[in-house]
Amino acid sequence: MDLRYTADEIAFRDELRAFFRREIPAEIRRKVSEGRKLSREDIVTTQRVLHAHGLSVPNWPVEWGGKDWTPVQRYIFSEEIQAAAVPQPLSFNVNMVGPVIATFGNAAQKQRFLPPTANLDIWWAQGFSEPGAGSDLASLKTTARREGDEFVVNGQKTWTTLGQYADWIFCLVRTDPNARKKQEGISFLLIDMKTPGITVRPIITIDGGHEVNEVFFDEVKVPAENLVGELNKGWDYAKFLLSNERIGIARIGLTKERLARVKRLAQETPAGEGTVWDDPDFRRRLAWSEIELKALEITQMRVVAAQRTRAADKPDPSSSILKIKGSEIQQQATQLLMEVAGPYAMPRPDRDEDGANLPSVGPEWADAAAPLFFNYRKVSIYGGSNEIQRNIIAKAFLGL
Amino acid sequence: MDFDLTDEQRLLADSVNRFVSDRYGDFEKRKAYRAEAKGYAAANWSAMAEMGLLGLPLSEEQGGFGGGPVEALLVMEAIGRGLVVEPYLATVVLGLGLLRRAGGQEDLLAEVAAGGTTLAFAHQERQARHDLHDIATTARQDGDAWVLDGAKGVALHGDSADRLLVSARTAGGRRDRAGIGLFLLDPATPGVTRRGYATQDGLRAAEVVLEGARATLLAADALPLIELVADEAIAALCAEAVGAMETLRDLTVDYLKTRQQFGRPIGEFQALQHRAADMLVATEQARSMAMYAAMMVQGSDPAARATALSAAKALVGRLADQLGKDAIQLHGGIAMTEEYKAGHYFKRLTMLGVLFGDVDHHIRRVVAAGGLPD
Repeated sequence: MDLRYTADEIAFRDELRAFFRREIPAEIRRKVSEGRKLSREDIVTTQRVLHAHGLSVPNWPVEWGGKDWTPVQRYIFSEEIQAAAVPQPLSFNVNMVGPVIATFGNAAQKQRFLPPTANLDIWWAQGFSEPGAGSDLASLKTTARREGDEFVVNGQKTWTTLGQYADWIFCLVRTDPNARKKQEGISFLLIDMKTPGITVRPIITIDGGHEVNEVFFDEVKVPAENLVGELNKGWDYAKFLLSNERIGIARIGLTKERLARVKRLAQETPAGEGTVWDDPDFRRRLAWSEIELKALEITQMRVVAAQRTRAADKPDPSSSILKIKGSEIQQQATQLLMEVAGPYAMPRPDRDEDGANLPSVGPEWADAAAPLFFNYRKVSIYGGSNEIQRNIIAKAFLGL
Repeated sequence: MDFDLTDEQRLLADSVNRFVSDRYGDFEKRKAYRAEAKGYAAANWSAMAEMGLLGLPLSEEQGGFGGGPVEALLVMEAIGRGLVVEPYLATVVLGLGLLRRAGGQEDLLAEVAAGGTTLAFAHQERQARHDLHDIATTARQDGDAWVLDGAKGVALHGDSADRLLVSARTAGGRRDRAGIGLFLLDPATPGVTRRGYATQDGLRAAEVVLEGARATLLAADALPLIELVADEAIAALCAEAVGAMETLRDLTVDYLKTRQQFGRPIGEFQALQHRAADMLVATEQARSMAMYAAMMVQGSDPAARATALSAAKALVGRLADQLGKDAIQLHGGIAMTEEYKAGHYFKRLTMLGVLFGDVDHHIRRVVAAGGLPD
């Protein structure tokens, strides 16, 4: 047992560190570090740089641009890209639809979609959640009825993250309303967002941001060739897709970077005779977050190490643990940052859509502190709420 | 990075686990062990000697296994699972940890490894609370020997130990870091009074009064050594806590599956399921932190080592407290009985929280260091 990296692993890490800092524009990394809104261009630029260096889709099969890395190397990549405050390759493309198409799609679909998905020439959105199907995803109601060579889609998706930028959307749709179990009548369909009958409406969240959307489908005609895999097997593909989120779900690298920033800003922010850092109660809470994060980091390393031996389809409580604790600590980090801002967490200067044209009222970094805190309440809700994760642990692993 | 055990480590884990399940699988036996003269089973101690466990940290030249923190982790986790009452922490982790590094006592090391001699560390003083450097007991030289005066408390298994390792001040004031010596003392020496007693978790400890007791100096300016061994004890306690937490969690989950109320197993109620799920999360986080402790205790920088071990003790302490209390609550009334196992695990976990510094003490040390080492 040795928790340290080998010399080869350190060399691999250092190479990535240097690469991220050299190749990804500093301004983009600064935005990530400060929790500011990224533009579509920022995300596209970053992914294309990564792609040009063969690093946009390391988790894919090698023939489609993936890397033949060990689990530890994959883990190092995931941690280092976060620690360098580099926007991660678009998850909808890289972790979700790409692997599904690569695994279950036909040859024509792979040829057509995988290269532009890797280079972010196609921006994908995820069409899973519906107004009546959140944690209970399988109760979704959006329908697709077969008419000749087409499916005709009707219904509504919601919480569609960055749907305003999307070129395509991958959807779970109900193709057999009479299926015995609700999981059995669902299919996985790829839909061009330019198809007539699709309407995207923004949802403004409590932080004032436009990150998510509602997407309406009214008699949307989708070529039958855009069905992935078999009809009515979409639930299996969705489960596969969600299990791919495991590495990186806890976002340990990012939180580490954020806590280090909290520390730095606390040391610079005046309070009384000294700085915020002089307050032992504040430092104590920061220390607890750091310690919990350290434990979670090792838990994550154990998961990574176990991937070598674990059967791929065997359920594993660790992804639920990583989700629960990872989201809690991410939320703590945003709260600590807001507390450093103190009274200057309050001002909310009017801003245009893209941000910082008006001067800040307090320190510039403080503008984003409260919105980030508000926004991060989402992390314990999405991806299977933390209560759903506890249900999973109780049922699947404790046998309750 | 890997989490694999070597073949030797796997064999060690197997044999310790077998020992614990054979001798502690039936919880009634533990009561019988505690009722023996020394508060533990002489036969178990001999068996541990035969298995090589008592010489585990000694080098091969000293007749040991050269076992390090990973080996200690494996043994202590098993000890936690069984709530083992034999003085392993006192004799091997603390006693040998000090004695083998102080040097010059090769025969005694061999006797301890063979199971013939037990050790205890008499260091704690009433005013010191959790500060290792707070020592009022004095040592003055008299010819070749040293003469000790003072009072030591809560020396684990100090009542039955054949030799005591005692810290005492050769120079400086009560809270000075310099001037603390480590001494070897035969408790039969005139001027030594021991009052032995049971502890809340079913083990034994002693108050030791020293009035002109003659002892042998093992190491002068021994505080760095004492701090190192205390950190090793913290790593061991973290591992013991993980073993106890895991067992208590499994016991609780089994109970939730069998206890019927309102016509169904209470484990079907979501309020209880979620708390059981939190017990699993707590166990895994504690396990990770025990591994961190085992890794960091080998570090060459004492300050970084101390901060890391404090972080481990603080988090494991907090998680063990939460899990222990939840286990009692989820069981309900049955866990309030002395007869049932759960309460004994809860009590041990609670006392582990106090030993070598509680949660507040250790989190303060992390805060004072400005956070975790890189």
